Amino acid sequence: MELVLSAAIGFMTACGVWLLLRPRTYQVIVGLSLLSYAVNLFIFGVGGVKSDEPPLLTEGASVALLADPVPQALVLTAIVIGFATTALFLVVLLASRGLTGSDHVDGRSDPR
Amino acid sequence: MIAWPQHLIVLPILIPLIAGAGLLFIPDRQRSVKAMVSLAATIALGAVSLLLMAASGESRFGAVYLVGNWAAPFGIVLVLDRLSALMVVLTALLAVPVLSFALARWHSAGAHFHSLYQFLLMGLNGAFLTGDLFNLFVFFEVMLAASYGLILHGSGPLRVKAGMHYIAINLAAALLFLIGVSLIYGTTGTLNMADLAERLPTIEPDRRLLMEAGAAVLGVAFLVKAGMWPLCFWLPSAYSVAAAPVAAILTLMSKVGIYIIIRLTLLLFAEGPSAGFGSGVLLYGGLATLAFGTIGVLASQALGRIGAYSVLVSSGTLLAITGLHDEAATSGALLYLLSSTLTLGAFFMLVELVERGQDAGASVLAVTMELYGDADNEVPEEGQGTTMPATLAVLGICFASCAILLSGLPPLSGFVAKFVMLSALIGTGSVGSSPTGGALIFVTLVILGGLATLIALTRAGIRAFWSSIEGTVPRVLVMEIVPIMLLLTITATLTVKAGPALAYADAAVRSIVDPGIYIKAVQGVAPQKSRRDHTAAPGE
Repeated sequence: MELVLSAAIGFMTACGVWLLLRPRTYQVIVGLSLLSYAVNLFIFGVGGVKSDEPPLLTEGASVALLADPVPQALVLTAIVIGFATTALFLVVLLASRGLTGSDHVDGRSDPR
Repeated sequence: MIAWPQHLIVLPILIPLIAGAGLLFIPDRQRSVKAMVSLAATIALGAVSLLLMAASGESRFGAVYLVGNWAAPFGIVLVLDRLSALMVVLTALLAVPVLSFALARWHSAGAHFHSLYQFLLMGLNGAFLTGDLFNLFVFFEVMLAASYGLILHGSGPLRVKAGMHYIAINLAAALLFLIGVSLIYGTTGTLNMADLAERLPTIEPDRRLLMEAGAAVLGVAFLVKAGMWPLCFWLPSAYSVAAAPVAAILTLMSKVGIYIIIRLTLLLFAEGPSAGFGSGVLLYGGLATLAFGTIGVLASQALGRIGAYSVLVSSGTLLAITGLHDEAATSGALLYLLSSTLTLGAFFMLVELVERGQDAGASVLAVTMELYGDADNEVPEEGQGTTMPATLAVLGICFASCAILLSGLPPLSGFVAKFVMLSALIGTGSVGSSPTGGALIFVTLVILGGLATLIALTRAGIRAFWSSIEGTVPRVLVMEIVPIMLLLTITATLTVKAGPALAYADAAVRSIVDPGIYIKAVQGVAPQKSRRDHTAAPGE
């Protein structure tokens, strides 16, 4: 399970970085979204990969089996912030498209 | 009972938050009401920050505020020591003049200027005051989200293009920030800075490697903000196209990265097996930034770009000093930080006033004429000299003061700050060890950087004031020139009062070079008992 998770994060990061370096704004924003998914999964994995374990300490529950609640809280914050900034970037992207008439990141007319 | 001055610590975050949110409900048509509310909030912020600075000067360590009344490693803390108080005061000192400059015309160039401005101030103050890494991320995002809006303020293709690059690189940096923070959490199990500093010297070697990797990734995120050399190519174009007041307040944003780097390197990597981690990168990266900024200043023709590259020069100087780990030089660097931030803020506003009178192509034309000569249409010599219009004279004096401050010539505070740094590094000559190679390269680059700034600004100043082609006088309101003069007066005060300012900086540095003080202060604060506990157990 750890192997699958880390491979998925690595693959997503690779795709995200490649797309981020592309010249079209649409590719950039898809790349940023992929990267933020990868980072969110990474934060999630930092607390240890466990399934079916509650993050709440109850009577008689073993501390070793407990899922760490802090990364879950962090990832929630990161998702919200990432979502908002991606939406904002989308608006700027549209403004740039409207002003320059092209979706090249430098506003050039012949995006390649 | 919790003493009321304790609650002052949270006010620099609350005042802009409440003001910014409240301003959203006032319609854009009531512009003067919005302006008054915003200005009042910013001035109140200034008063609170001065009170905080006075409070932090009294005791050896300022104060720790437990948000939500949870003890240190579990809840979020706000920490006020001399360094953070200094940065909060600097924010307010720059924010008030910049806002009053913006009130003259810029605030009506787009929607929600005042709300965004207040949220930016909130993010800045939060980043300076927080004592928790993830909370720092949240305040960074608040600050950045506001700055995305502000950099697009006034719109236009140039701003949208530079803004898009700025947002893309900062989103990528925010992701690096998250990776760094989660790696540090995964290896140490804490995000509280004081707790982290206490645990770091004792963690196992195999975890240490991962922790250092996390710290390095985190550092890259801050260095993007600070504009260290290979990470800085977004900065000149973003700063030079932003609206004048926005560029002026953005000079603080690059200083946030530097503040966090100073804070974290001194707190986390002061002792133990990881001592001095990353200082080589900071030193040589800082030197490279300094060199790059110097070349950029010399190569720039437009005044805005000279200002933007000067931001890089200032960042490079501060980063290299951080990498050198010299106490006396660091307190000089704090003085330099104050002086250069205020000057650059004034400079960006001044540039807009000077360039207002010129055509867009005029400065380019001036350069071409300088290069190739204009023998064909020689201007006939006038019999008597013409008097300079008063506006141009005032602008010229401000410009000259900025040039003196930026290049570090006596008598203003730029010189004092550079002198403190250089004399600490070279030594007084009589006693002490000889300076290291890195320090010598730094000294050389700082002096060369000053010379380059002087050459570039003299050239630009002559072109703008003495040989302007069309001879039009820019129309400048008193409301616009007074804030610039106010900022320059503050730097002049900093020169006259250099002694007390340096003593304060010394005390600030002394309290941060020993992480034990910080750790003890944060962990020594117990949560307040609630009133219910008091009534339940009156006998205790």
